[in-house]
Amino acid sequence: MNENKIMRIFKRILYDYIYIPLKILSKDKRALFGLIVLIIYILMSIIGPIFVPLNLEPNMEERYQPPSWKHPLGTDFAGRDIFAQIVNGGRDILIAAFLAGFVTIGLGTIIGLIAGYIGGKVDIIVTTLIDIFLTIPGFPLLMIIATWLLQSGITVNILMIAFLLSITSWAGLARSVRSQVLSIKQEPFIEVDKCLGLSKFHIIFKEILPNAMPYIAINFMLSSVSAVYSYTGLMALGLIPYTPGNWGAMIHMAQAYVGTITGAGCWYILAPSLVIIILQVSLVFLSNGIDKIFNPRLREW
Amino acid sequence: MRWIVKRLLMALLTIYVVTTITFFLIRFMPGDFVEMMVYYYMTNYGMSEFEAREMVYGLYGVELKDPLWLQYIKYMITLLHGSWGESYITHQPVLKVLLYGLPWTVFLLSTSLTISFVIGIGIGILMAYRRGGVFDNVASVIASISRATPNFILGLLLLYFFAIYYPIFPARSSYDISIKPGFTIEFISSVLYHSFLPMMAYVLTSFGGWALAMRGSAIRVLGEDYIVAAEARGLKSSRISRTYVGRNALLPLFTSFAISLGYMFGGSVFIETYFAYNGIGQIIGLALSWRDYPLIQGGFLLITSAVVISNFIADLLYGLLDPRIRRGGMYE
Repeated sequence: MNENKIMRIFKRILYDYIYIPLKILSKDKRALFGLIVLIIYILMSIIGPIFVPLNLEPNMEERYQPPSWKHPLGTDFAGRDIFAQIVNGGRDILIAAFLAGFVTIGLGTIIGLIAGYIGGKVDIIVTTLIDIFLTIPGFPLLMIIATWLLQSGITVNILMIAFLLSITSWAGLARSVRSQVLSIKQEPFIEVDKCLGLSKFHIIFKEILPNAMPYIAINFMLSSVSAVYSYTGLMALGLIPYTPGNWGAMIHMAQAYVGTITGAGCWYILAPSLVIIILQVSLVFLSNGIDKIFNPRLREW
Repeated sequence: MRWIVKRLLMALLTIYVVTTITFFLIRFMPGDFVEMMVYYYMTNYGMSEFEAREMVYGLYGVELKDPLWLQYIKYMITLLHGSWGESYITHQPVLKVLLYGLPWTVFLLSTSLTISFVIGIGIGILMAYRRGGVFDNVASVIASISRATPNFILGLLLLYFFAIYYPIFPARSSYDISIKPGFTIEFISSVLYHSFLPMMAYVLTSFGGWALAMRGSAIRVLGEDYIVAAEARGLKSSRISRTYVGRNALLPLFTSFAISLGYMFGGSVFIETYFAYNGIGQIIGLALSWRDYPLIQGGFLLITSAVVISNFIADLLYGLLDPRIRRGGMYE
């Protein structure tokens, strides 16, 4: 391969996967807002802890301080800086959310493809399974599994949490992928591929999957949103071991101390709440924008 | 008819799978729950170890002497008899404890679900009519924020600002304890007063989802030929929006109505714990913090059964409301 060809491929990737999506996003103010907020959050979680180290030493003389230059967001029930906790507490949530998104689309796509492409008895069994998992309420199931895990003393790593968080969310995507596969399987162009002797691999990954891409992309975003909800929710209930300063843990503590928090200390409730709400809103806005990237019919140009 | 039988079987299968999950969670309980309970009965009731063991096995339908498949069948049979074990904290049958909280949760959830559904539908159809306009833009931003806000966070904020910082609304309980329960105006107004904030927490976080779903559905219907035809026939626009657009756009939302009930049941743990509302959510919340397994699992079983049943009813209703499904040979 000569250098020219590599450059051409590189340029094409840059054009197809960076330039065009950004161009579509830039027309959609809300999606752009979501993207920028998300980038800020990611940067904050990566380089923030270097500048604002977490100091969990209690300082009882500075309980529930209002925002000041020393404490930009005030202090909590033990006189610790809230801003430092906010900056340090996001990393786990972001990692868990995006990992859960990947696990969901992975499981959903594979199971949907299997059901749709193989068909027959496999399809019946898998569809029944999908229907069951669509009705099982996800969050209550998560709660009992989390209590179970907490009791068992198994050390929970972030990948395990991601799998847990996508325990029921794969079903919706699997159903969409399955029905896409079923409808595309009958199309003439698949017949042509088969006549040309193209491999199953080619048919699945080059012909069928791109058609299911809108569902996969949107499910990635939406399962990230619901993963943030479930993860912070489980932490707010104290059901998942958390790292100090985590936003969900802050909600948990704020709820436990809610009766004692005085007027100036309301920042302790407001800060983690607003941070989580803004993250969720930006993810929802971005997911609408991503819908437009993969769904040409929704675009205006 | 065949379709109804199929749906019924599916519903039963779902409940069956859930009970199986709960069985295996009990069976492979970490920290040896059975030993813990045996010890508990020995110390608190002065039983011998044998007696205590028999007692625990009898209560939870778990007999470790039997092979796994027999234990499984026995567990299923005890569940069918309505014996879901005894709650660890209250020493009462799990079912009794849960049934005490059920009416409160059903009242709270069904009222807030209906309110948010009606508000969401109204806003959604207006957005669809004025799509691209100022109202649509503002409303869809608000709806997205409402959809994205976790209900437990809004519940906490409402609790802090409107019950503790500015004590306008009560912070605890589902009614004033000094008032005797009964069909009196005093009691009912107390119930409504106490349920206002929890209800707001649900309504404000769920109306946006309905509005956005309705907007999408209504826009799809507005593009249909029969709407153009209705306009061409010179029908009044109010009639078109009500009978032509409204009805058709509402149809797909009915199944999500039932499914969302399940989500709200799941979220009820937060809201009811925060507001100390005497429903199922609070009971499960307490059970979670006390590691009261039988109660947690009973609660999960109850929630799932509620979701499965409401899904089933929604499917039946959907068939009744949409003649195409009724006639068209059901699903496949």
